[in-house]
Amino acid sequence: MINTFVGNLGHLMTIVAFVSALVTAYAYVQYFRANEIEKASWRRFSRISFYIHTASTVMIAFSLFEIIYNHRYEYFYAYSHSSKALPVHYMISSFWEGQEGAFILWAFWNVILGVILIQTNKFWEAPVMVVFALVQAFLISMIMGVVIDDLKIGSSPFILLRDATQAPIFQLNPDFVPEDGTGLNPLLQNIWMVIHPPTLFLGYASTLVPFAFLIGGLVTKKYSEWIRPALPWAIFSAMILGMGIIMGAYWAYVTLNFGGYWNWDPVENAVYVPWLILVASIHTMITFKKSATALKTTIVLVILSFILVLYATFLVRSGVLGDASVHSFTDLGLSGQLLIYMLFFLVIAVFLAARAWKHIPTSEKEASVYSREFWIFLGAVTLGLMAFQVILPTSIPAWNALVESFGGISNMAPPADQVAFYTRFQLWFAVAIALLTSVGQFFWWQKIDKKALKDALITPYIISVLISAAIIVLAKVYDWKYIIIVLASTFTIVANAVILLKILKKSTFKLAGGSLAHIGLGMMLIGIMFSSGYSDVISINMSGLTYSNSWEDEMNKEHVLLWINKPTQMKDYTVIYRGREKKVVGVNEYVPAKILESTGKVNEAIALADFKDHFKKGDVVKIVLEENDYFKIDYLQNETLKFSLSPMSQFNAGMGGLISSPDSKIYLNKDLYTYVAAMNDSEDPEWKEDETYEAAPGEQFYIADFVTYFDGAEVLKEVDGYQLQEGDIAVKAKLRILDYDVEKSIEPTFIIRNNQIGKLPVIDTELGIKVRLENILPEQNKFVFKVNQYQKDYVVMKAIVKPYINVLWIGTIIMLMGFTVAIFRRFDEFQKMRDKGLE
Amino acid sequence: MKKGHIIGLGIIAIAIVIIMTSIGDASSYENFNTAWEMKNDGEDKSIHVVGQLKKNQAGEVSGIEVGEDKVSFTFLLIDNEGTEQKVFYNEPVPADFQRSEQVVVIGSYREKEIFVADKILMKCPSKYQETDVQAAGM
Repeated sequence: MINTFVGNLGHLMTIVAFVSALVTAYAYVQYFRANEIEKASWRRFSRISFYIHTASTVMIAFSLFEIIYNHRYEYFYAYSHSSKALPVHYMISSFWEGQEGAFILWAFWNVILGVILIQTNKFWEAPVMVVFALVQAFLISMIMGVVIDDLKIGSSPFILLRDATQAPIFQLNPDFVPEDGTGLNPLLQNIWMVIHPPTLFLGYASTLVPFAFLIGGLVTKKYSEWIRPALPWAIFSAMILGMGIIMGAYWAYVTLNFGGYWNWDPVENAVYVPWLILVASIHTMITFKKSATALKTTIVLVILSFILVLYATFLVRSGVLGDASVHSFTDLGLSGQLLIYMLFFLVIAVFLAARAWKHIPTSEKEASVYSREFWIFLGAVTLGLMAFQVILPTSIPAWNALVESFGGISNMAPPADQVAFYTRFQLWFAVAIALLTSVGQFFWWQKIDKKALKDALITPYIISVLISAAIIVLAKVYDWKYIIIVLASTFTIVANAVILLKILKKSTFKLAGGSLAHIGLGMMLIGIMFSSGYSDVISINMSGLTYSNSWEDEMNKEHVLLWINKPTQMKDYTVIYRGREKKVVGVNEYVPAKILESTGKVNEAIALADFKDHFKKGDVVKIVLEENDYFKIDYLQNETLKFSLSPMSQFNAGMGGLISSPDSKIYLNKDLYTYVAAMNDSEDPEWKEDETYEAAPGEQFYIADFVTYFDGAEVLKEVDGYQLQEGDIAVKAKLRILDYDVEKSIEPTFIIRNNQIGKLPVIDTELGIKVRLENILPEQNKFVFKVNQYQKDYVVMKAIVKPYINVLWIGTIIMLMGFTVAIFRRFDEFQKMRDKGLE
Repeated sequence: MKKGHIIGLGIIAIAIVIIMTSIGDASSYENFNTAWEMKNDGEDKSIHVVGQLKKNQAGEVSGIEVGEDKVSFTFLLIDNEGTEQKVFYNEPVPADFQRSEQVVVIGSYREKEIFVADKILMKCPSKYQETDVQAAGM
């Protein structure tokens, strides 16, 4: 039966949320304008309205999750994003996989933030919440799914499958409910993808807070007071957004096959840019608090960071990137709506800022070179240029779309080699940032003149040169560019560490946020330099084949073909592909796929053999995502097994074929990253013509190049899966086939009943052979075997060594810790002022 | 001159460099004919060509030749102007390659017979457009 209740509930809540958002905005405007007598009642009304909005937003999220959780495939969203085999935590991924779910997630974080702001602010509540409510109205409109004439407003996640598609089945039976959904994109079936999007969207949502305070400040003519409450939120936002980006990078590293964590893809750039601007705005906000400069810059940066988040959303979700990005996002027809959303806030912000511009206090005094303002300002400028350099080429597809919408033709394409293109600039900007942070920090903590600066910097300088020299020699960094990076990063780490120690000696840990974050930055730079600059593909093809094109010989073939069980040399390792494996519930290691046979039910199999202490032959076991195949690759050194890796691949017909994920061996100082790029398809083998072999028991012969021992035959009393009758004769031939160091026992059976012959062939998918006992010739004491060949199992794989990648991850964590410390400090400042009744 | 001005000029200078390199390094969308002309004019820049895989009458993709060691392959791509071209890609065949509706090759001509792709972007039929709901399990 079709359940329409949940969908209707969700849809109703969407409309309630939209209307209540508008009512909230209106009510807060009234509250803001009202005189002292009416204020209290307007405030109560506004808050109730916002809480209704909050409740309905939560209900929208709940309805959608209910649809996914209870496998209601009559709904398009559940049908196209989920399936029965998904465990609960991946249902969370299904939730936001579609764009509608992503918008719901975003709206959900906004209401949470809104409630916190109402609870923590006094003076700022009204203006801030007006902005919040308007943003919410725009966001909810994205999932409204209301059609007025030709105008479609939003795309609802609550539509039924029969309304979303024109499948003929619905004409026959409108109440048809598909048995299962098409499933979640296998690449998203990863624990990092469960938590990365919520984090990123919390980052997106939280950029609204400083923006809302700014708008509030501009409207109430408190041009500078808004900074104190906005600052902890800006840091919070940068921290969460940064964490979201890094989680995404880590996810890409562990699940995607492009061999790294950052690819300068438009989708990545689109979140990197607002983060840079956000970080720049934090720095100018801090300068302003200390010395009343850079207020105008701060205002511009805060507006930019919010608008850039909307611009990122527009780029990614409007379909404008089209074939410029490997991330495929479909156009839901929301591009116009997204554009209006962005332009609305851009126009309002620019208008308010322009109106206030000449009233905004500026400092007449020219900043001295020996002032911290000067250095921090330079840092903010560098961050701004970094952002500019990335956003410009990333916007090329948008530019093409713009030109074409005016009837022009533009055939510009993003740079062909994105990594090289962006790195060339970002690298040097990052070095500049690193140096600025170390110098800037010294100015920050003490008033300094030329001589004092020299004295302060000389010790860290000497220490960092010594450490750099050690790194350069030990890690063999001989490229001048990388030498500069090592120098700049160690200088950052050492200089900031010196500051950190001073702070800890003199005052509290609370002030250490800045230096911690900068130490993290230095470590990240070193980690990026080593893991990307010195990443080494060790899977160079040495097959020695001659190619049809002479120039092909010059090209590095960065993959190797591994036939099953055949040892292949790869730099310092010998690698052997050992066959496919599956993950079984309750078993903490991979299980060979050949001992499992599907029962026909989802994720269930019968064991064909015992497996250690975990299960016995004939047991029914639960498989974790049966579509997942793990390819066992043994790594050997000096003929001893060092470790095995099991990169994954999943065949998912509904999702467009094959998707694979790498597996890495993690050392303290490097990762060995391995993935399969292609593999044998043994689903529907095309058997080659018959080959016939005759052999006597005890004889050794060759089946398709494999050394085979015929150990003898045995008369059977019973046969698996076959009912023997009185007078039947069943004979089993015992063959041992050798393939390198593996010995396989293959036992085809031959049954005689009333002069009829039945043959039970044995298929070995790993060796790609089918063996039948064709006949028995008693007078010659010979057995006749018929063999068909297909293809031995193989994988094509790539292996890359990534040195010191852990330095990057550790640096990230330290940087995030720095942010966190800063959030507490700044929120504390705000609270003290608020409780004094000043704000 | 004040420091502010120097910094301002510096910013403008760097911004101009950024804009120039962005335009200079931007690739372009071409077809195989214009790409070959560019090659003859001595331009070795990587360019984008959008096209579709060649299909036989039965609608199956034809013309894919996988190297013996399976680590590279060639295929036939028909660009939007209808020109057919053999393309070489120095990677194993991507998993959903044959299903792709549209293929963007980024690379350049090596010789007239062969276009060498450094990178391939594929556009696969989106599941949003899938209209054939499986009738199984009715």
